[in-house]
Amino acid sequence: MNAWFAQHGAALGSAFRRLWSAPLNTLLSLLVIGIALTLPAFGYVLLDNLRELGRNVSGVQQISLFMNLDAGKKEIGEIENRLRQAATGKWRFVPREEALKRMQTSEGMAEIVASLPRNPLPDAFVVEPTNTAPEALEILRKEIAGWPKVAHVQLDSAWVKRFDAFLRLASLALWMLAGIFAAGLVAVTFNTIRLQVMGQAAEIEVARLIGATDAFIRRPFYYFGALQGALGGLLAAALVAAALHLLAGPVGELAALYGGTFSLGSPGALEIGALAGIGAVLGWLGAQLSVSLSLRKLD
Amino acid sequence: MIVASNLSKRYPGGHEAVKDVSFTIEAGQMVLITGHSGAGKSTLVKLVASIERPTSGSLVVNGQNLSSLRRSAIPYLRRHFGMVFQDQKLLFDRSVLDNVMLPLQIVGLPRREAVRRAQAALDKVGLLAREKAAPIALSGGEQQRLAIARAVVNRPAVLLADEPTGNLDIDSAREILEIFAAFHQVGVTVVVATHDQHWIERYHPNVLRLDHGRLQ
Repeated sequence: MNAWFAQHGAALGSAFRRLWSAPLNTLLSLLVIGIALTLPAFGYVLLDNLRELGRNVSGVQQISLFMNLDAGKKEIGEIENRLRQAATGKWRFVPREEALKRMQTSEGMAEIVASLPRNPLPDAFVVEPTNTAPEALEILRKEIAGWPKVAHVQLDSAWVKRFDAFLRLASLALWMLAGIFAAGLVAVTFNTIRLQVMGQAAEIEVARLIGATDAFIRRPFYYFGALQGALGGLLAAALVAAALHLLAGPVGELAALYGGTFSLGSPGALEIGALAGIGAVLGWLGAQLSVSLSLRKLD
Repeated sequence: MIVASNLSKRYPGGHEAVKDVSFTIEAGQMVLITGHSGAGKSTLVKLVASIERPTSGSLVVNGQNLSSLRRSAIPYLRRHFGMVFQDQKLLFDRSVLDNVMLPLQIVGLPRREAVRRAQAALDKVGLLAREKAAPIALSGGEQQRLAIARAVVNRPAVLLADEPTGNLDIDSAREILEIFAAFHQVGVTVVVATHDQHWIERYHPNVLRLDHGRLQ
């Protein structure tokens, strides 16, 4: 057990020394790894924020039902009856006067509303169906559209679905991007380690002749790859945090212009840890491939 | 301790360096492998240290038959031997002390203990004062003594050397000789390939004389 700790401690120590002894090389490698990890990580944070935005807005599935402008009390009563009979779920009547009043309170709309000669808004119903399956919603929408004096029926969840589909597509693209950059990271580590193995051919030969196991020879390179990857991951986390910090102001302003509040979430301890961990695993993988191939060449 | 029967080694290309050699080396013996240059001395040393694999015949070291040894077991076998190579194989990118520490790092000795043992080994070959020096700054004789310190630091049962005095002047060679003799006196098995006649005159060791790969 003592020997195990001594050997792993020595391997880790030698990995640190190698990083430290060639600062310029280390810096360049870390930059390459850091940037390779930054792009997908940044995309992930953006998507995460967008998803959060979509979740807050989408809320409940609603169907909006707009009456003709010439519809009177009788027609509205008729629709109420039909909604009651259909037992579709909760529903609420929004008279045109109330709609106009609500519009006046909206940002920037008061002046426009005041300049209108008469109320252009129709009476409306907002229906919250109990069955929110997309097919059921669609059937209900078609049925309501056939009722008398109904001008337009709108499924409010349509844009949520589109947004969701967009997010799914973006996240798929992001995964592909991440895959490519991960391969890049492995390749960078592969090359760094290959050069190191070649540079230490003499030491490796001597160590083998006097009884070093393969594990002993490989261990420092594995630690080096993992350490380099982990540091690259931390650098990526720092770059993402810096980018988000720079974006926070403009994004806040943009949201304020639309009368909302929205702030970008920055990466937490979990995300930072995950980036370092992913970097370490990929670096270790690159080191493993490189050492196996390079040592075979030395045999 | 080391038993060879009908041992042969043929290199790729057909050159047969060792032919049908049988011998036994007991624990605590001092054995010289002698012969003209190209007689197969180095090959025999490499076979014993399992650096080369025999083509035929058997070689048993400490009860382990080397021909049937798994590749992963070879490092552990080599740790029984302290090896002194013809070209020394010192590492010139590190200090004298760090060169001697290498075998101890390989077996995973904690650093403090390793430093203590490495210094003791350097003391035995008279190089303790030079522990911080770079090997390149040492004379030929000193470099050879450094190689011996590295070979004995792990207290091996067998000291195995290939032409340890080959490139040295007479005085340096004498020093090396005496160091080997001192290890032999404390019970270490010493196997040396050499064509240096001083050894035989002075210590009357067991001699394996090779001629064109055959034992005489």
